[in-house]
Amino acid sequence: MLASITRRGILAIYAVIIIVPLTVVGFGSFKSTQELFAGPFSLPQSLSPANYAEVIGGQDLGSSFWNSVIVTAVSVPLTLFLASLAGYAVSRLKGFISWAIFGFLVLGMAIPAQANMVPLYVLFGRLGLLDNLTGLILANVVSTLPIAVFILGGFMRTLPRELYEASSIDGTGPWRTYVSIALPLSAPSIAAAAIFLFVIHWNELLYPLLFIQSPGNRTLPLALLSFQGEFQTNYPLLFAGVILASLPVVVAYIFLQRYFVAGITAGASKG
Amino acid sequence: MSIHPGTASERRAPDTHTETGAKKRRRSPTRVNPALYLFPLPAVAIIAFFLVMPTLQAFQYAITDWNGFSAAFNYVGLDNFIRAFTKDSLFTNALTNNLKFVLLVVIAQTAFSLILALMLTKNSRGSILLRALFFFPTILSSVSVAFIWKFIYDPNFGLANAVLGTVGLDALQGSYLGNNAQALYWVAVTQVWFHAGQMMVVYIAGLQSIPRELYEAAEMDGAGKWQQFKSITWPFVAPATSIVVAYTTVQSFKAFDLILGIAGNPPKSSLDILSTRIYSTFANSEFGYAAAQSIIFMAMIALVTWLQRRLLRLTPKGE
Repeated sequence: MLASITRRGILAIYAVIIIVPLTVVGFGSFKSTQELFAGPFSLPQSLSPANYAEVIGGQDLGSSFWNSVIVTAVSVPLTLFLASLAGYAVSRLKGFISWAIFGFLVLGMAIPAQANMVPLYVLFGRLGLLDNLTGLILANVVSTLPIAVFILGGFMRTLPRELYEASSIDGTGPWRTYVSIALPLSAPSIAAAAIFLFVIHWNELLYPLLFIQSPGNRTLPLALLSFQGEFQTNYPLLFAGVILASLPVVVAYIFLQRYFVAGITAGASKG
Repeated sequence: MSIHPGTASERRAPDTHTETGAKKRRRSPTRVNPALYLFPLPAVAIIAFFLVMPTLQAFQYAITDWNGFSAAFNYVGLDNFIRAFTKDSLFTNALTNNLKFVLLVVIAQTAFSLILALMLTKNSRGSILLRALFFFPTILSSVSVAFIWKFIYDPNFGLANAVLGTVGLDALQGSYLGNNAQALYWVAVTQVWFHAGQMMVVYIAGLQSIPRELYEAAEMDGAGKWQQFKSITWPFVAPATSIVVAYTTVQSFKAFDLILGIAGNPPKSSLDILSTRIYSTFANSEFGYAAAQSIIFMAMIALVTWLQRRLLRLTPKGE
């Protein structure tokens, strides 16, 4: 009895610790600074989108939203494509070569982004990839390719070899087999990896901070960070920015919740 | 089903040497198509050129005094490393902070996520709802989480002090991040709020793989709850624990985004960790020195992860 009360108590308190700040941020994004400080828990007096308008209009956050959309929309499928090609080959090749390719690609998981950021910055400078979205996309792909290969390759290795053998007896080339057998059968692991990558790429901060100089090329997290510097305690404005930055992921989470959990824990348990 | 004849013939192959040729030719449709070697090429090329090569290059930069712009630079041997450990109090401060932060977060997050998981193992409607809620913060961006908590901790207008004031606990009100002795602890709390739900899910998967009969048997033997936890639950979740500990370690070493968001850029010294220090050194155009720091950073993560494996000796069970 006592145990059950303690259990319920702890769960309820933690639920409150998650819900209350998020609600306050949601309400606060519609308030004025004065109104927020007068009563953080009260409902906003009006649902005026003034803060949102100011965020989007005043600080290039609107364009940074679209930059984030472009970067994520290209980075995620590109990473999945390259990783699934490699994973597919690794699952079909045999012996040392397969092991060596897989090992080489997956080893990158051990390299934290901070470890090679200086040489990468220099290299990007030489290749003209600084201050543009192409560079960001490339950096995203490189940094997440190892774990994507690990997830997809690991899954594809569990697919029964006979399926491949049957299709090659039918005279199907490796490309056809990849498209019509390996990819459809790997759908669960691709979905998991896709969501994992979506969260990482959408929220990425270090690379934009390193590579982007002009405000027009900022992604959302970077725009938010610089925004915070300029409006130290204008919390309502910050909150509107936070909501805008979180909205796509939150909406996706509400609908695809189970896949999110599967994807992000696949990253955790295999990373 | 067809796999059995195949594997059997493979196993037999070495003794029946004369038959091998014929067998192989008959099995030729399964031979690897050379075109398959092209498939991993793009990934291998990208990783080699943009990940492995720059990482190796970091080792080269690390022994120079290069400022990133001038054409000329000198090789200075291990000077950068010596400087980091002996002459640079900013670096040693960041290193100490980082190790403290990792230790705090690993202990708190592992314990807390296990407690949550134990409370929510059963697949009831309420559990599933709470799991979804507790997992939710994980999907937010670190910058968003940082701003939310910056507001919670704000000494004048913040949520924490407002709540304490409302319930009459004014005495407990604090300046949180403004207090240099405590700031790191409060960021650790934020980090746990951010990721405990993710680790909880890893634990739930581990817990649900434990056969229920074990608990029934233990109960019949008169084992108490704590006894059951010690001799059934804990050994069984050992693999999950090693995942949680390893992942949390790397995650808290890389709390870069959270620190920058909550403490500003550059953070004050009580919140400076290795990744933010490396970034500041880099932004200060000390490329050679920043590269040396980043190598220390990488070695640190490897060392701590290795130490944990040795100390915890968590051998997988039930797999």
